[in-house]
Amino acid sequence: MPDLPRIAITGVGLTSPNGDSLPEFRRNLLGGVSGVVPWEIRHVGKTLAGVCRFDPLRHQKKKELRRGTRAGSIGIYCAREALLDAGIDLASMSPALRARTGVYVGTTEHGNVETENEIHEVAGRGFDLSFWSHHHNPRTVANNPAGEITLNLGITGPAYCVGAACAAGNLGIIHGAQMLQLGEVDLAIGGGVSESIHTFGIFASFRAEGALAWHEDPAKASRPFDRGRNGIVVAEGGCLVVLERLEEARARGARILAEIAGWSVNSDASDFVLPLAERQNECIRGALSRAGISPGEVDIVSSHATATPAGDEQECQALREVFSDSARTHVNNTKSFIGHAMGAAGALELAGNLPSFADGLVHPTINVDDLDPACEVRNLVIARPRELGRVDSILNLSFGMLGINSALVVRRTAG
Amino acid sequence: MNREEIENAVKDIIQTVAPDEDLSNLRPDLKLREQIELDSMDFLDIVMELRKRHGVHVPEADYKELATLDGCVAYLTPLLAKAGAKVAAR
Repeated sequence: MPDLPRIAITGVGLTSPNGDSLPEFRRNLLGGVSGVVPWEIRHVGKTLAGVCRFDPLRHQKKKELRRGTRAGSIGIYCAREALLDAGIDLASMSPALRARTGVYVGTTEHGNVETENEIHEVAGRGFDLSFWSHHHNPRTVANNPAGEITLNLGITGPAYCVGAACAAGNLGIIHGAQMLQLGEVDLAIGGGVSESIHTFGIFASFRAEGALAWHEDPAKASRPFDRGRNGIVVAEGGCLVVLERLEEARARGARILAEIAGWSVNSDASDFVLPLAERQNECIRGALSRAGISPGEVDIVSSHATATPAGDEQECQALREVFSDSARTHVNNTKSFIGHAMGAAGALELAGNLPSFADGLVHPTINVDDLDPACEVRNLVIARPRELGRVDSILNLSFGMLGINSALVVRRTAG
Repeated sequence: MNREEIENAVKDIIQTVAPDEDLSNLRPDLKLREQIELDSMDFLDIVMELRKRHGVHVPEADYKELATLDGCVAYLTPLLAKAGAKVAAR
């Protein structure tokens, strides 16, 4: 990317079904610890989900929790933890910097949870709309999670959500990098959140599609690439990263976790739900080209695979086409541990891989007991972490409904 | 409901709406909003909870009657007697 400032990731705040900080998340990814548990939701009944356990009262008052949304709460936790991780003291942030800080939160969907709650309330009261909450609109506006973050943190710069189905977590980070490069902001908090396990509609819709996972053992339910995979485990979660222009981050002595090397976003323009390997392939190649590297220089591909029969197959086809000649490239998957964290997925999956720059390990994909031949890709890391020694570049893939594809390349930085 | 019961019912609602507040020293004769943090959305929450818990519909023109705890009790006493009678009649 000539003439544009280089962008660094300097902090990570996250909550995932198997960890509420990057070190805990990483430990459980290397240790094969799942975060999928039994879950029950009205109208659907007993199902499975990835459920987060962070303490929302760490950064919010009880009244804020009562008034706001789960997505807002997850966003607030992640944003504050990300700033702490980046060594940025919120209390001493100047009004000028607060006004030059952008918040870009990827969401798959927002408002379903809150709308269902209100409908449930009035349905029990003969649809008397005098019982419909005055909080409904502020809770369901599409910028809700980003707006709640600004209210809690006192950030006065641009803050909004990026709606991009299950590619949204990547998009929040990409958008933050773009705004820094444009000079629109001096600090960006970007990533994604998901409160989707609290809407029965998402479970019911996946079930209607035949795409909702089930397994007697919850930890084995999310099984991308396995012949016995039977769909998606819905998860909640969030991950926001602090982004800064590399030069400025270095000048303040920040710890650089990674550099954003390149990205690509495109659209299948082919189907509402079915993915398309050809367009994914173009997206991957676009991101590598922008990063100025060849497929053979990618150490880790963090796959999107959600454990639907068609989705995994299409992605593996795209990966074979791009990486079959690369002995160096290893492929893993994070959804096998935590389920599909929707708007948060892309950001969480990237974050889970960032420690590889320091420890040289690739976390695996779990639950592959019987590899589907249609999902065979070179160097798929199964069951146990693989030691690579040195990792220089990671490709993070996130695809979503209506055919949105995103590929994000991050690389190690010296110092 | 007697005066004490009504006052406790109102306090319960305020505690739900303002869960971070300590209500033990709430003065019944002073404005609620001068003693605890309550904004207009919180006030609408109080009105909503009165509707949900006690079947009392407070028209907007009467919101001013709910400014103090004493005001709440005075305003709600006849209404809760009626609502109670309705429940008893079912």
